Amino acid sequence: MDWVNAIVQGVLIGGLYALFAAGLSLIFGVMRLVNIAHGDMIVAAAYLALVIVQATGLHPLASALLVVPLMALIGYAMQRVLLNPTIGKDLLSPLLVTFGISVILQNGLLVAFTADSRRLAAGSIETASIQLAPGLSLGVLPLLMFAASVLIIFGMELVFFRTSLGRAFRATSDDPEVAQLMNLNRNHVFGMAMALSAAVVAIAGIFLAIRTNFDPASGPARLIFGFEAVIIGGLGNLWGTLAGGVVLGVAQAVGAQISPGWQILAGHLVFFLVLGLRPRGLFPRMD
Amino acid sequence: MAEPILSIASLKAGYGDFQALFGIDLEVGPGETLALIGANGAGKTTLLRAITGLVGCAPAMVRLDGRPIGGMRPDRIAALGVAMVPEGRRLFRSLSVEENLLIGGERARRGDWTLERVYDLFPILRERRRNPATALSGGQQQMVAIGRALMANPRLILFDEISLGLAPVVIRDIYAAVPAIMASGVSAILVEQDVTRALAVARKFVCLQEGRVSLAGRPGEHDRQAITAAYFGLAR
Amino acid sequence: MAQAYSIERSTRASRITAIVALLALAALAAAPWWAGRADLRLLGEVYSFVALATVGPLVAAYGGLAAVGPQACVGCGGSALFALAMFLGVHPLLAIVLAGIAGALIAIPVAPLLFRLQGAYFAIGTWVLAEVFRLGFAQVSSLGGGSGISLPAGVVAGIAASRPLREMLVYWVALAIAVAAIGFVVLLLRSRIGLALTALRDSELASESLGIDIWRTKLLVYVGVAGLTSMTGAFIFLQKLRVSPDAAFSVNDWTAYVIFIAVIGGIGTIEGPIVGTVIFFLLRETLADLGTTYLMILGAVAILVMLRAPQGLWGWFAARTGLTLVPVRRRVVFSDQSK
Repeated sequence: MDWVNAIVQGVLIGGLYALFAAGLSLIFGVMRLVNIAHGDMIVAAAYLALVIVQATGLHPLASALLVVPLMALIGYAMQRVLLNPTIGKDLLSPLLVTFGISVILQNGLLVAFTADSRRLAAGSIETASIQLAPGLSLGVLPLLMFAASVLIIFGMELVFFRTSLGRAFRATSDDPEVAQLMNLNRNHVFGMAMALSAAVVAIAGIFLAIRTNFDPASGPARLIFGFEAVIIGGLGNLWGTLAGGVVLGVAQAVGAQISPGWQILAGHLVFFLVLGLRPRGLFPRMD
Repeated sequence: MAEPILSIASLKAGYGDFQALFGIDLEVGPGETLALIGANGAGKTTLLRAITGLVGCAPAMVRLDGRPIGGMRPDRIAALGVAMVPEGRRLFRSLSVEENLLIGGERARRGDWTLERVYDLFPILRERRRNPATALSGGQQQMVAIGRALMANPRLILFDEISLGLAPVVIRDIYAAVPAIMASGVSAILVEQDVTRALAVARKFVCLQEGRVSLAGRPGEHDRQAITAAYFGLAR
Repeated sequence: MAQAYSIERSTRASRITAIVALLALAALAAAPWWAGRADLRLLGEVYSFVALATVGPLVAAYGGLAAVGPQACVGCGGSALFALAMFLGVHPLLAIVLAGIAGALIAIPVAPLLFRLQGAYFAIGTWVLAEVFRLGFAQVSSLGGGSGISLPAGVVAGIAASRPLREMLVYWVALAIAVAAIGFVVLLLRSRIGLALTALRDSELASESLGIDIWRTKLLVYVGVAGLTSMTGAFIFLQKLRVSPDAAFSVNDWTAYVIFIAVIGGIGTIEGPIVGTVIFFLLRETLADLGTTYLMILGAVAILVMLRAPQGLWGWFAARTGLTLVPVRRRVVFSDQSK
């Protein structure tokens, strides 16, 4: 039963990993940019939620109402001011700028909040659970997070395929030059993509804050989990990313059952396994 | 003649160290069709790219309604009413036929061209509206590319080699639609390697040779020999 | 009507530089006689960073790969050195070379896996690799597990008989590594492989059609870089006399600093990393007390340089003056041109 429980927990946390990954996937799809600061943005959102909760007394989940628009705005500004000037010239420049942003974020948070680990209290919902069978219970919070991930991915697919913004994303990604001929302002389109990614990052950050202890250095680990979920799931497919997250979560859960020190290592090994056997991932949609 | 829609004066443009155009002059009046002919590498596409802003040049070298637009950002030029049917179609492959058309009309100016009217012009597209754009045949893709440009309700439309890679019977079908397009009063530059076809629909022509204008005028004014000579640069 | 031409590489500036460089090298080699202990250690650090910054970006600038994880190789080299010296009794200085070879050997099976990752994702892939090594290392109790281990006194003594001699040898090894790294890059870029790399950078498709084996070229470069980086890593931890998983595979120390040096100095040139390292150490000595703010300043400077002068400070300077001190490109010189 221990094993079944572990696997179920792994599946549920896969939803959170998929959330970490969704924004990363979107950015890469639209502008071929890998945002090294992505994980640090998630942590920054967590701290932002912390500050807002302390200032307003809102419930952490409700703080999303403020954190999401704030992060979206920050993402839009960051894209237009720092990243747009470097995109298109070569692969390395935008990557290095995001690396610089990552370093500044991590150390800025360190200065502002010290290295103490924090957590966001969410009240009774943290420990509530549903008993499915003797020895097998599902936490309400993990279930909620998984459901939220599914909903968010569904929403993102909706935007991508049924709105004019989504059309603009796809067109700009296909052929940035011709997209400009269609009166699409590339700077604005990229800004909106980063804003959307930042909005998802905001939610991921709030979930992270409630679920585990976090500190300014937690960013890179989230980036890596998100990245692994994207690669395992396959590029260009958000549902695939969800599957990738689940695979990663389960791999880590199995690893933890074998030995606690093996938890994260197991995830990395599965990642390399998939890279070796199915290089394009499990459900690729893009080249 | 009324104020020209497009006037190009001493246009010099190129790519980095490579200069492709060495001083081009031409004008397109309202409702006029200008045929731009010349061999491969003569600079025709560079000229179109300079007009649409994809290639930079000095501001005064390209004027739209008298306003200098040289070197402006491409999406701003598109907003002023310039649309292009790019060489090789260049449809958005992640978008369906209808989505390609819709995106052409995204920030369109007001005008007669709507989705329905484009489907009336090219009925086959109505049947294939949900298909991925790149799954269509070459001729049908060309129709989508033209439709996409029309959806913006442009004042000036640039056709870059629309007959490239298409079978003669398909080319004939596409050119059959040209009069309907021109009837709406839009001005056009038609780049074509098929000289006869180009001169048949155009009011005037310009022939480029190695980045310079080698001959210009109305189709009836010059005989075949003169045009061939200008095309290949035999008359020096 | 073809003009007569020749293909040349050196310029007057480069010939002068070669002479100056040789003189400088002689002066630096003589450092044990004119510099103090602390200065020798500092110079050793400078040399290792020059080596890392010269070799690492090679993969990025010319290989078309965006490598962000040199910490994998540095850590590998460091751990290999300790393992070789402690368990196999290899002489530490020899172990440095062996550690480099070990790093290169490990890169051979790993590279094909990583190459499957596109462009920027490759960068994160090398990061994951470093994490695998770090977590793996922490499981090895004989190397101290999570907290690491210090080099036993007996092994240290094995380097040389007396402490001054030890420090001299270690210093010279550092200088040799830096020279080897620079030499490797210069020779590589001047060779046929270098030409292939430049072609690769400009256009993979065209290169392939010309018969350049993309895969093999990339592999060669990556393995070479891995070897040199591991060797440098081995030296770094020999000088520190202590290794631990977190220190060996630290992103900050080996990746962030190296990236900043490369960016600020200028990627894609030989002179750039040297300029960058000098600036980095100047900043460090003057700003170090600011701690975390120092890192933030570095990050901000790197971003600014990327936005305003993407070729780095040296690159910007070289473009302005047309100066190339260490030429790797060939120029076509027409015989009716002077110079």
